[in-house]
Amino acid sequence: MSKSANAAAFVVLSMLALAAPALAQGKAQKHGFGIGRAATAAEIAGWDIDVRPDGQGAPPGSGSVKAGEEVYAGKCAACHGEFGESAGRWPQVAQGKGTLASHDPVKTVGSYYPYLSSVFDYVRRSMPFGDAQSLGNDELYAVVAYLLFLNDIVDDKFVLSKETWSKVKMPNAGGFFADDRETSEKAFWNPKPCMTNCRSDAKITGRARVIDVTPEDKTPRRGVD
Amino acid sequence: MSEDKGPKGTSRRGFLAGAAGLAAGSAAPRALADNVKNLPPNVPDWTRALGDGVAVRTYGNPSKHEKHVARRDVSWLTATPESSVSFTPLHQLDGIITPSGLCFERHHSGIAEIDPQDYRLMLHGLVNKPLMLTLADLKRFPRTNKIYFLECAANSGMEWRGAQLNGCQYTHGMVHCVEYTGVPLKVLLEEAGLKTNAKWIMAEGGDAAAMNRSIPLAKALDDCLVAYRMNGEMLRPEQGYPARLVVPGWEGNIWVKWLRRLKVGDQPWETREETAKYTDLLANGKARKHTFVMDAKSVITSPSPQAPLQQKGFTVISGLAWSGRGKVKRVDVSLDGGKNWRSARIDGLVLDKACVRFYFEIDWKGEPLLLQSRAIDESGYAQPTKDDLRKIRGVNSIYHNNGIQTWHLKPDGEVENVEVG
Repeated sequence: MSKSANAAAFVVLSMLALAAPALAQGKAQKHGFGIGRAATAAEIAGWDIDVRPDGQGAPPGSGSVKAGEEVYAGKCAACHGEFGESAGRWPQVAQGKGTLASHDPVKTVGSYYPYLSSVFDYVRRSMPFGDAQSLGNDELYAVVAYLLFLNDIVDDKFVLSKETWSKVKMPNAGGFFADDRETSEKAFWNPKPCMTNCRSDAKITGRARVIDVTPEDKTPRRGVD
Repeated sequence: MSEDKGPKGTSRRGFLAGAAGLAAGSAAPRALADNVKNLPPNVPDWTRALGDGVAVRTYGNPSKHEKHVARRDVSWLTATPESSVSFTPLHQLDGIITPSGLCFERHHSGIAEIDPQDYRLMLHGLVNKPLMLTLADLKRFPRTNKIYFLECAANSGMEWRGAQLNGCQYTHGMVHCVEYTGVPLKVLLEEAGLKTNAKWIMAEGGDAAAMNRSIPLAKALDDCLVAYRMNGEMLRPEQGYPARLVVPGWEGNIWVKWLRRLKVGDQPWETREETAKYTDLLANGKARKHTFVMDAKSVITSPSPQAPLQQKGFTVISGLAWSGRGKVKRVDVSLDGGKNWRSARIDGLVLDKACVRFYFEIDWKGEPLLLQSRAIDESGYAQPTKDDLRKIRGVNSIYHNNGIQTWHLKPDGEVENVEVG
């Protein structure tokens, strides 16, 4: 057989080999593709850490403001400040009330977070920074109770648990509304915008170089970008 | 190898000194001078000597002369590099595909280094059959290839109060566009079997931030993917290796990296990332939430502050445009700060929720220009000016700043980020 005849035979064989599986392409079996296995209850329990606004998902346990003060001092204050005021550039977590409509809004648990779950779920999954998911449930409840106390949301006798969850009233719960860009910014849907003489002569009103906060790039280079 | 002097005995040292004199007074990086040894009539070393053989560079890197093409950060922006951002060098790239290693990084607790053998994806909640999938399992499902842009909601967020950062890498570099290979999320949800009250899903990362976001079921069933490859190769660790969520056209924070869990529910979770962060605070102190879609946006990548013009004459103005609402239909360019516009030429692929590359050619005689670009998408949305945005949103939004960018091209070729009024 010549080389080209060999090649042709190979192509035909390949096509035959592919024909049967091609019939199943993209079609699941009656009960799906049958890929993977069932997740067990124990596996799910280990990773199922999310908590919703209504408290669904909150673990058993409880923690007092007093106990939380100790957890906070040991594991949080170095970054967030003794009273939640922030150390350096780390996030401020307390106070800031009445600043949201100002020139310098301060977004904290008290001033901005709409739900208890938004802070509880976050601390549970990712704090302390660098030692995530290390807090026990009682520590978790306690430190969140202390954050609420630092924000004047609960008093110093408060104990946070599933049972007291719904008693917590977050000050900025009503501070959010769903995306309304398609109505409030309807004017931006303008498929034929002005092309000629659209404005008066443009004048420069601000310059980045005046502010001078851009990192410098002093890398010598050959060629031209 | 060769000890030859240049044709007139010019030393390299002398040439560089001359070049330094020419470049004096310039703030932007300049090209080094030519080495005459390599120029005709001389024959350069690379034409005489053998180079590396095959398989020396088993995973090839860019030329050693391209080291300046790099992601960069702005150290004063954040308290720590583990929860920070590095920016795509848009001014040094062309076309629409971002090289994998240059895609901007946004990590909330550093890069998770996941052993693919021990990778698991859990799918549970309001499903008939909770699933546990390995990476090998994911690769067995029917798969698809899609090119999408990914933009961080905070891209251009430092510019709300005026021109601040001098370079499109910093003002616009939290965007990239790559080809993903992955399983449609719909396929995985159907494999588990959705219960009739399923309305939302929550995606969660396996990194130390365990990032979690809620996604309406309609979007999950529409065009989302669980991707494990980018640009043909496995995802880079910085981009969520070995698997991430792809949520086309929506803000980058939802594209959960290092994806470990998908939970089906009947209401949104209102997580920290969709309440305390990634909500758009307006001037009246109220905040928009669930602002998922990234509006149409564009930027001229060259010339730009980090890519000044080196000479007068024929010049290609080049830029990128994208829209989370579909295809980019048109890009206009203004040379006079938005007074007059002409449509640019879109070159290459025009795809749904992907970047497009546009070019606008001019004969530049050295006159100062105020360069702008304006994207218009297939929904009819036209990119607004920054002032138009501020009129509606104030200056505290941080996120979703898609206003028109102005670059001031000066007679010496230098370019500055400016605001016009």
